[in-house]
Amino acid sequence: MKKLSARRRHPLAAVVVLLLALAATGGLYAAFAPAGTAKADETAQSLAIEEGKKLYSVGCASCHGTGGQGTTDGPSLVGVGSASVDFQVGTGRMPAQQPGAQVPKKKVIYSQAEIDQLAAYVASLGSGPITPTEGQYDTAGANIGRGGELFRNNCAQCHNFTGEGGALTYGKYAPSLEGVSPKHLYEAMQTGPQNMPSFPDTTMPEKEKKDIIAYVQAVNSDKADNPGGLKLGGLGPVSEGLFAWIFGLGALIAVAIWVAAHTAKAKKS
Amino acid sequence: MSTVTDTKKAPAGERVADWADGRLGIYSLAKANMRKIFPDHWSFMLGEICLYSFLIIILTGVYLTMFFHPSMNEVEYVGPYVPLQGQLMSEAFNSTMHISFEVRGGLLIRQIHHWAALIFLAGMFVHMMRVFFTGAFRKPREINWLFGFLLFFLGMFTGFTGYSLPDDLLSGTGVRFMQGAILSVPVVGTYLSMFLFGGEFPGGDFVARFYSAHVLLLPGIMLGLVVAHLILVFFHKHTQFAGPGRTNNNVVGMPLLPVYMAKAGGFFFLVFGVIAVISAIASINPIWALGPYRPDQVSTGAQPDWYMGFAEGLIRVMPGWEINLWGHTLVLGVMIPLAIFPAVLGAIAVYPFIESWITGDKREHHIAQRPRNAPTRTAFGVAWITAYFIMLVGGGNDLWATHFHLSINAITWFVRIFFFVGPVLAFIATKRICLGLQRRDKDKVLHGRESGIIKRLPHGEFVEVHEPLSQGELHRLTAHEQYDAAELPPAVDENGVERKIGRMEKLRVKLNKGYYGDDSQVAKPTVEEYKEIQSGHGHH
Amino acid sequence: MSSQEIPEETLPAGQDTAHGAVKVADDPFADPGLPPHKPRIQDIDERAARRSERAVAFMFVLSMLATVGFIASYVIFPVDKIVYIWPFGRVSALNFALGWTLGLALFFIGAGAVHWARTLMSDVEVADERHPIEASPETKAKVMSDFAAGAAESGMGRRKLIRNTMFGALSLVPLSGLVLLRDMGPLPEKKLRTTMWAKGLQLINMNTHEPLRPEDVAVGSLTFAMPEGLSEHDHHFQVEIAKAALMIVRIQPEDIKDKRELEWSHEGIVAFSKICTHVGCPISLYEQQTHHVLCPCHQSTFDLSDGARVIFGPAGHALPQLRIGVNDKGFLEALGDFDEPVGPAFWERG
Repeated sequence: MKKLSARRRHPLAAVVVLLLALAATGGLYAAFAPAGTAKADETAQSLAIEEGKKLYSVGCASCHGTGGQGTTDGPSLVGVGSASVDFQVGTGRMPAQQPGAQVPKKKVIYSQAEIDQLAAYVASLGSGPITPTEGQYDTAGANIGRGGELFRNNCAQCHNFTGEGGALTYGKYAPSLEGVSPKHLYEAMQTGPQNMPSFPDTTMPEKEKKDIIAYVQAVNSDKADNPGGLKLGGLGPVSEGLFAWIFGLGALIAVAIWVAAHTAKAKKS
Repeated sequence: MSTVTDTKKAPAGERVADWADGRLGIYSLAKANMRKIFPDHWSFMLGEICLYSFLIIILTGVYLTMFFHPSMNEVEYVGPYVPLQGQLMSEAFNSTMHISFEVRGGLLIRQIHHWAALIFLAGMFVHMMRVFFTGAFRKPREINWLFGFLLFFLGMFTGFTGYSLPDDLLSGTGVRFMQGAILSVPVVGTYLSMFLFGGEFPGGDFVARFYSAHVLLLPGIMLGLVVAHLILVFFHKHTQFAGPGRTNNNVVGMPLLPVYMAKAGGFFFLVFGVIAVISAIASINPIWALGPYRPDQVSTGAQPDWYMGFAEGLIRVMPGWEINLWGHTLVLGVMIPLAIFPAVLGAIAVYPFIESWITGDKREHHIAQRPRNAPTRTAFGVAWITAYFIMLVGGGNDLWATHFHLSINAITWFVRIFFFVGPVLAFIATKRICLGLQRRDKDKVLHGRESGIIKRLPHGEFVEVHEPLSQGELHRLTAHEQYDAAELPPAVDENGVERKIGRMEKLRVKLNKGYYGDDSQVAKPTVEEYKEIQSGHGHH
Repeated sequence: MSSQEIPEETLPAGQDTAHGAVKVADDPFADPGLPPHKPRIQDIDERAARRSERAVAFMFVLSMLATVGFIASYVIFPVDKIVYIWPFGRVSALNFALGWTLGLALFFIGAGAVHWARTLMSDVEVADERHPIEASPETKAKVMSDFAAGAAESGMGRRKLIRNTMFGALSLVPLSGLVLLRDMGPLPEKKLRTTMWAKGLQLINMNTHEPLRPEDVAVGSLTFAMPEGLSEHDHHFQVEIAKAALMIVRIQPEDIKDKRELEWSHEGIVAFSKICTHVGCPISLYEQQTHHVLCPCHQSTFDLSDGARVIFGPAGHALPQLRIGVNDKGFLEALGDFDEPVGPAFWERG
């Protein structure tokens, strides 16, 4: 346990994330900044909006309307903010493939650069939650214990004790949080995607969000410890009961068959 | 005094035995039991799985009491598990964390205790079904059947009080459910709840109270029942399946000393070993992941251990009926499931008495029946299991929903309907399958075993060669008894006086026909049929 | 065996009522009796028997080694050591090692003993006679006469005064035990009807422990609150929060269908009890688009936009709403306690 927190707080961990973020930003610039100019952000921004609008009209407008005003097939995007776009498109939920109780997480089809352009365009339609910066969701120094308490108070009712997910009404569900990046966790709390309620900074400040992210990382990632052995999906007594019946009682009955069986007789000579 | 020299010569072991015999009479006891015969069949060892897991639970439970603090005083966690550090929790939870993370081997013993409990209950369920489907509950074993049933019933509550002790968020939710259920009891519900919890929920008393029930009261009763159950098994001698040389008035098998001493004794170690390995590789009730109980927190997927899943299902699928009259509330939505729960379990408990009333058979039965040869009983048993398992599905409806991408509401409706329809379908299907199997047995007896060899006859016809069965096999397949269906006596007796037949008797005869009428069993082959076919008018 | 008691019609056809098989000279289905014992390879070949002996001994030795391994693991592995073992994940090294060594040590004792019994001990099947459980008529007669003698000597039947007063005393004495249970807990009184909420108490955000302002609560967000003056460190915190826990959402006022709900809200901010009215689970699976709240325990579903009425599941009545307003400092406050008991229904609820 100590090791886990030590690793997460490893100085290199932050550096790696930072490098990745820098590379992404750099790549964006290299691709879209006009050569030989060192224009201000504004130009880059308006360019991104321009590019984003093109992407939008191809991939999103059919459901959300040409100006993001929404249609019967998709909600209005005015005021949802760049964080929503980054979450929805960055986790592959958008563009949606088919109508259903809930739009599931899928393979991401846009590059991060394209997502950022889309986000910039949608953000320009009306102000809303902004894509968090790395410093906002970096969990260094977060209080995991407090995060656990906040998680059990605000999140576990839908996402389960350790974020394994759970059922909602009429086929909807709270997805598993395993492998969800800190940024997307943050954005989900900030924006409240689909039927999830939002947890805005006014009621759940940034520090509390960090604590929650740190807790999720500690208990539901490949670095999480399961001292007792197989966690059986982390689903509690149902999977434990199935395991006890199939492997526990199953193994014991197999042994009983051996104990009670007649020993092989000598072959007729 | 002439024997003095003899006793001096006797080996030490014998002298100890003599000493004990003079005080306990062990020789008479050993004479009756030392070479007692036990029949060999794997299904006869299911009860041993239960006995041994019960012993394992007691052994590990005693160890756990050395470290567990049954107290609800609030403390702050300062132990090694980082994601809980600084959290407020009860001493019960804190000491369970201590057992799991700081006592060397404590986690293993906890896991053995809990896995053994799940297997104990599962083993009792399967053992009970073995006894049911083979008719081993018939006279003289009805009381032992009740003892066994009581063990299963008490085991459920011992389990419930046990997994509630750590005062974690999952089990606390279960305790809250129990408190809500108690509140629904008309007239005295609120009083019962206040008395059980020492005031309002959750209060500061229930862990200590559950603890004394879990480690003393319930296991004490269960231990007594286990001993009584075993004494009766010895007294009645074990049932056996029909076969050559196996009759209703003997028992064929191997002696307790040495074979069953080694097999049964060895089996204890095998059971313990398997459960220990399971506890090494699979975690159970990881309370550190669940967190301490708070009545305003909850997690999705809140289920009880499997043996309470049936009750959970009932409570989940019940519509929310509530009646308010004259300033009082009748909470039918909770009370009805609470009443169905013991009623369904009780149905299987009283079944032996109902069956013996229907058959009117007062003889002793020591031959275990093949389920197919008692189609109506088998069908009833399968219907019962169907109802039980449909409710188990209902108890986990949220997990079925997420894992099979279904709507939780649709599953709930499915369970609501199939709790009633499922058993009926299962009853019909099982009865037909049993009759089919009876017919197959009959064919086998009359025509022999299908050998798989195809022979071409001189005139070109192809036939499969049937091999005749050995006499032992013929006996085994025809040894079962078949009742004739009961008939009501004529409405007027031989003197022309109208006979009074009670309503109960009419019902009994009706049920009896359902059990033994022409549609409910296939008449077993007779010697005449057999001889006629064997005398060779046919080529099969 | 009292065959005269058995109704004729239910007896198995053509069977002797007393005991199993009927031996008829030319009955092909007759019981041929126990088959002759066939020897195992170990019974006729001493080398095979010795192989079995060695196998049994080998298993017992393995058990001993496993026990040594158990003790060694206990000493070697620190209690907090975590190792990655496929496919089990990051598990406690100590638990894994102790479990396997203990399991194998036990398993090989059992396997050795069973192998011994199966291969080297006699496997000749023997038959034990059964005897009826019922006592013989003579025994029964003796018992009955003994009982009659005893009963007559006691005078129980004759001296009714003694009998009746004894039954009276025996039936009264357990009452002492029952009376002693009285102090298990207090009487219910009105305890279940009230919570800590009262007029003027501010709504404290459970995440920040700060009082909530209306502008903090966005449409589509979910917040939990407790009454001002309550702290997690309080001795009575668990009991109070079990009744006072509050769930706060904001719904566009035009979406609120229930008139009273809108009246009791503050600009669409509604505060409902977090405790399910079914059996008391904290219910807060709020779907912000449908305004449904689902209980994770038994799937009762409530519609927060329509007075939190039950739309599915086993709950019998709507979630109680807390009437809220804003105080002069601009914070949300309660305008009184809930007007009905929170949590599960009970007999006196009415």
